[in-house]
Amino acid sequence: MTTSQLPDSPQNSGLWQPNRQLSKSMELLAKIVFGAFGLVSIATTIGIVLTLIFETFLFFQEVPIWNFLTDTQWTPLFTNSQYGIIVLISATFLTSFIALIVAMPMGILAAVCLSEYAPSGLRKWLKPALEILAGVPTVVFGYFALFFVSPILETFVPGLRPFNGLSAGIVLGIAILPTIASLSEDAIYAVPQSLRQGSYALGATKRETVTNVVLPAALSGIVASFILGIARAVGETMIVTIAAGQNPRLTLDPRVPIQTMTSFIVQVAKGDAPTGSIEFITIFAVGMTLFLITLVLNAFSFWFVGRFREKYE
Amino acid sequence: MTATDPNAFSQSSSAEQHFSSDLSGRYRLDNIFRIASWVATVTALVVLAFLLIDVLIDGIPRLDWQFITSFPSRSAERAGILAPLVGTIWLLFVTALFAFPIGVGAGIFLEEFAGDNLFARILEVNIGNLAAVPSIIYGLLGLAVFVRVFLPITGGRTVFSAGLTLALLILPVIIVATREALRAVPSSLRQAGMALGATRWQTVREHVLPQAFPGILTGTILALSRAIGETAPLIVIGAQTFVPFVPSFRGTGFSALPIQIFNWVGRPQAEFHVNAAAGIIVLMIVLVAMNATAIYLRNRFQAEKM
Repeated sequence: MTTSQLPDSPQNSGLWQPNRQLSKSMELLAKIVFGAFGLVSIATTIGIVLTLIFETFLFFQEVPIWNFLTDTQWTPLFTNSQYGIIVLISATFLTSFIALIVAMPMGILAAVCLSEYAPSGLRKWLKPALEILAGVPTVVFGYFALFFVSPILETFVPGLRPFNGLSAGIVLGIAILPTIASLSEDAIYAVPQSLRQGSYALGATKRETVTNVVLPAALSGIVASFILGIARAVGETMIVTIAAGQNPRLTLDPRVPIQTMTSFIVQVAKGDAPTGSIEFITIFAVGMTLFLITLVLNAFSFWFVGRFREKYE
Repeated sequence: MTATDPNAFSQSSSAEQHFSSDLSGRYRLDNIFRIASWVATVTALVVLAFLLIDVLIDGIPRLDWQFITSFPSRSAERAGILAPLVGTIWLLFVTALFAFPIGVGAGIFLEEFAGDNLFARILEVNIGNLAAVPSIIYGLLGLAVFVRVFLPITGGRTVFSAGLTLALLILPVIIVATREALRAVPSSLRQAGMALGATRWQTVREHVLPQAFPGILTGTILALSRAIGETAPLIVIGAQTFVPFVPSFRGTGFSALPIQIFNWVGRPQAEFHVNAAAGIIVLMIVLVAMNATAIYLRNRFQAEKM
């Protein structure tokens, strides 16, 4: 490592004469500069909020907020345009819901497996392997959903179209699985060993210990991981854009093409909409809706963890 | 207490008769549960394997030198990834240039200088919230601020704007990684430095930071590899899919590997899907190389510390 030296090495001066004034100014300068760097992250948040509010405000001058909330059609790119955000929200809800059906049970079981059943030697390999899954770019997952999962599902799901919510949702579930598994595993791992031993001493089997003692004790962390998973599924863009199609329609049928909030933003941004046009500000209104949904999820998770956290010494 | 009451005795013995431990049944459930947990873990890994194998089978035959050194083309056989590959490398450098110093500086501030005041707490909550914001929202921010408001500086839809946006996107990750690395440095080191009369900044610069640096570097490389795989924010900012020249820092028109892959996936012709698979392989090679570097650094410096 580096060889440490005194600020002013006494080799040539004979006596060490520290320049205290300089040190103090450097200290202050470092503090101010690094504090300013910290401000960048706050500025980011403010920038996001202001941008979304400003453009959404412009949008609601063109489109009444009532129509935005109650229309049941989403046709902003047609001449007879209608702006029912519920169409896009229902599609986002559908894909996220399918993703959760896949990711919640698998994530929690994988977390239990890693922390309770896997021998520690194997665990050292399994965790990084799951992290690789988390590092796969989502555009790759989209490719996989469209060209691998969809054709397989087509063979046994009647009426399945090439672009559909089902395969997008399933692959979305695989994509958020590592998030849920890894965070749940942290929570389960943090449950003190004495609780498990107490349960065994009362005659419970390993499964009974896990389901009745360990999982309830880790509940706040597990729920937090679920909510982060939901937030990721709602905000995920490429998988649903590639595999779920671009057809805004109000349906909960997972076999047909649908359009989520994120894939609408991509569709417009890809089409080079002129700045200030109604299409252009529409993507900010949709982005605002998306941002509010993730904000509510985040706030709920914050509240839940604070309310139900079990503290162990 | 003496159990002389015959009534109480018979009650407890009848309870004994009703209680059945049914150990074999419970053990059977235990086995099912254990197997289910293994199935879940293995399924995740099998899906990962299928994904990689599927991409490799589709893309390997297309992968050659011509593919890497060609510009986009309307015919799938002659199309290549030179422009997106250079664009991705550009993005890597620009993003690192901004995200690394700012992220590390903010991390140092929070961990070493801030203490426990209101500003630090707001900063902390803010970073936690930012980490949960979908990446496409950062794209909207970049579009509104870097592409439009800062147009004279960034040149609009350029590598510069995209790099700044990606830098903001991974800033929270780098800050968190920096803080963790700094926290792992024993506080005795700081106390020793300050006992010798060094200021806080001198201690951090000369002693704490060198110790924490490998951890910071690892976290930064992992965050950058996340940025490289991002597609959505780049689309929103206006990355293009047909760039028949090598993109420059502030020149209009840039592309990146994920954008090119997305474009090829969206074409109806199957030959372009093969190109997409080959592009995915190149992207994954870049990512694996970055991750391997991060792991190598971590292991090497961990061994050195021992």
